[in-house]
Amino acid sequence: MAKQYVNTTINGDSHELLCDPTQTLLDVLRDQLDMTGTKEGCGTGDCGACSVTMDGVLVCSCLVMGVEANGKSIDTIEGMADGDDLHPLQQKFIDHIALQCGICTPGLLVASKALLEENPDPTEEEIRYWLAGNLCRCTGYHKVIEAVQDAAREMRGA
Amino acid sequence: MGRAPSPFATKIPYEEKDLKIIGSNPTARGDAVDKVTGRARYAADVKLPGQLIGRVLRSPHARANILSIDMSEAEALPGVKAVVCRNDFPDMEVEHAASGELMVNFRDVTRNMMARENVLYDGHPVAAVAATSDAIAKQAMKLIKVEYEVLPHVIDVRDAMKPDAPVLHEDQFTKGVDPKPEKPSNIAARMESKLGDIDKGFQEAEIVIEREFNTKPVHQGYIEPQASIANYTEGGMAEVWTGTQGHFVFRAQIAKLLKMDMSKVKVIPTELGGGFGGKNNVYLEPLAVVLSKKSNRPVKMVMDRDEVFRATGPTSGTNVKVKMGCTKDGRITAAQAELNYQSGAYAGSSLPLATITVFTRYDLENVSVVGHDVTTNRPKVAAYRAPGAPMVAFGVETVVDEMARECGMDPIDFRLKNAAKEGTQTHFGPKLGPIGYIQTLERAREHAHLKEKLGPNQGRGVASGFWFTLGAETSATVNIGEDGTATLIFGTVDVTGGSRSAFAMIVAEELGIPFEKVRTMSGDTSALGFNFMTAGSRGTAAGSMAAVTASRKAIARMCEIAARKWEVEPDQVVWEDGRARPAGANVGDFEPMTVAELAKEASWFGGTIAGHAEINVAQGGPGFGTHVVDVEVDRRTGAVKILRYTLIQDAGKAVYPEFIEGQFQGGAVQGIGTALNEEYIYNDKGVLENPGFLDYRVPVASDVPFINTEIVEVPNPDHPYGIRGIGEVPIIPPLPAIANAIHDAVGVRLRDHPMSPPKVLKALRDNMIEEAAVQGTAAE
Repeated sequence: MAKQYVNTTINGDSHELLCDPTQTLLDVLRDQLDMTGTKEGCGTGDCGACSVTMDGVLVCSCLVMGVEANGKSIDTIEGMADGDDLHPLQQKFIDHIALQCGICTPGLLVASKALLEENPDPTEEEIRYWLAGNLCRCTGYHKVIEAVQDAAREMRGA
Repeated sequence: MGRAPSPFATKIPYEEKDLKIIGSNPTARGDAVDKVTGRARYAADVKLPGQLIGRVLRSPHARANILSIDMSEAEALPGVKAVVCRNDFPDMEVEHAASGELMVNFRDVTRNMMARENVLYDGHPVAAVAATSDAIAKQAMKLIKVEYEVLPHVIDVRDAMKPDAPVLHEDQFTKGVDPKPEKPSNIAARMESKLGDIDKGFQEAEIVIEREFNTKPVHQGYIEPQASIANYTEGGMAEVWTGTQGHFVFRAQIAKLLKMDMSKVKVIPTELGGGFGGKNNVYLEPLAVVLSKKSNRPVKMVMDRDEVFRATGPTSGTNVKVKMGCTKDGRITAAQAELNYQSGAYAGSSLPLATITVFTRYDLENVSVVGHDVTTNRPKVAAYRAPGAPMVAFGVETVVDEMARECGMDPIDFRLKNAAKEGTQTHFGPKLGPIGYIQTLERAREHAHLKEKLGPNQGRGVASGFWFTLGAETSATVNIGEDGTATLIFGTVDVTGGSRSAFAMIVAEELGIPFEKVRTMSGDTSALGFNFMTAGSRGTAAGSMAAVTASRKAIARMCEIAARKWEVEPDQVVWEDGRARPAGANVGDFEPMTVAELAKEASWFGGTIAGHAEINVAQGGPGFGTHVVDVEVDRRTGAVKILRYTLIQDAGKAVYPEFIEGQFQGGAVQGIGTALNEEYIYNDKGVLENPGFLDYRVPVASDVPFINTEIVEVPNPDHPYGIRGIGEVPIIPPLPAIANAIHDAVGVRLRDHPMSPPKVLKALRDNMIEEAAVQGTAAE
């Protein structure tokens, strides 16, 4: 199939791309743009390791076609820190040891950021259900939940 | 494990001293920033110029003979640069080697990575392709013509042991049976472990309980699929970037399987996205090297998730029979077990480990264990966190719970009465040294968790677990920079980020410099001597022994530099608080020298400062843990909800306490997943029906509560800082603890794993029918 022209914004930068219509957004990010911070754990939308936001909506980039990104604004893990300043979620994940092997961490961070943008003061249960689409096999989620709670507190200025 | 202990193995006696850094929780963890920013590089993130994409064609059949393979059409497809099958790999003789906690046989390893005469499970590799794009590689796979003769298959371990079962290997005669059986069978080996006199033990018993248990295979479920990238150059050298728990073992296996010199293979371990024992085995690596050789291009191979489930090792499915006897006052007199462990398509499950550890955590006089290693048409099993232990604990710890109830004793008190302690004779050989099992039970008994009230359909369960700490070959180098900072190069793969931080703390403690001045880095196979894998909870325990040894050699070198400068003998210089000092006033009045000052002078006084360790660490420091869980059973759906969970474990010495908590919590939740959800489901054709995360459901955040943890510290006497392995014990008790809690909640015993809603519902219904029958009989 002929490649299609895609004009998209990723982490604030404009990108003009030619995408094969069968390519997922995840493949475009990882293979075409070498943005390998977004991970592939399953390719079927079950593990959340490839979480990004598209126009602010949390999506599994393995379930979005690259051509769908045309005219959209994509945010990935690579855009989360502001220069040397880590996002409060990134810092709290480090402080609380909310990561071990780290393969699920970019997805968990992107998903947690989307949660706090929608709900700045989530309950433990709300955090657990929001993150139920992000599998982590190392931490048992305990420290992830604590990190999100702590980051939410700090971001609210509480 | 798998090898006899060496008399030349290294033990460093425990040194009781005040610690400045060990036991704290540093925030500047070496790996963390790269992991939260997406910069950390995993195998699938590596990209080489000109790389091709490799794919594996896999068997759709559970068992079949391969009559022919025609690759010509695939080879002719534009963009295809190499196609390989069995003919591209040399056959191997029978030769066994340790690969993590399990042993492998190279004759089988080569057949498992690429089928030869036959395919033995759904997902068995039959060919591999390298092409200029993933799409072309996939298209090429469809053009490979494989002619199969489909044969009868067997999936379940009990079916595979039947005399009329389809036999996978016609040359497999049960080992460990005298005389050798006349006919081949799926029972690859029979093994025993004995202590005392089992008949006498049962004669002394006043209560005897005998039960049978069945468990399904479960997968390690690492989120990172296997990925490897190989670059074979015209000069005959191979470089392989891969996600592995042991790059030195992988180098040895790649070299062996491809008949290359080990020196010509370099393996670079990338950041590892979870292993849990599942990345102890080569799958893609040799294929990628051969595809690279054939295509003269680098080749990258990444498994899809369904390939991970279908063709990388899950743990064994098992059938376990446990019979135990005790006196009415709660003293265990006899402990007997039969373990039937499915090994997958090729012999060699975790049975040897399970057989010798069935009852270790109790102080027993009479033990008899018989085990069978059984081949079935499933992927070859791999290690999974305390391989083989959760299934057998399921049996033992629920029978112990029944005995405690029969005796009218609290399950913790019953365990305390029979607990293993220093001097206990194990049934695997040695007597136990100082251990913390009793402390875990006592702390559990005092825990606030036990004061929480339980409501209707809620119950509480207790179970304990034990696992070894493996030693084995370990190497490390400490390099002192010209500015006085230190770099540790380690060779035990750091699977979580925890051990590299622990090593930095240990080197800082040894040298007397701040934690921030030590960097720890993983070395590839060209940087260090051989390191065994990160398996058997050895990563931090054994790796730190090498870090201590290397640090002390660097210190000796620094003392030598000071001695040369001061024109005294090296033994007249001591190391204190990060400085070389004169050993006494009689040596002379010299200003103590810091690491940075010594580093500056090093060149003149002999050269760079470094310390090396190439040691074989003695096995030791066994770990014990006790778990308490509260559950609520939904009688309408059979769903079991975890309400509360508390885990107490002996860590010997907690170098990095918060990280140890994380290991405990992660292990417990994997155990909860095993207990309640996870299982391999095959259809009647022997095809795996749930090879994806949607249907093979690992626990998600909303399935579990916070996991309370407590660390007990009884130092390992053979480690300078008292460290024990901690990674594996936490996955052992959840399965039986939850089974015991379900019984406490609703009065039914579950002995078939997993304790998923349909099974719980069935048990509840069977129990109702039984109770109604009893009541009916009573009414008559």
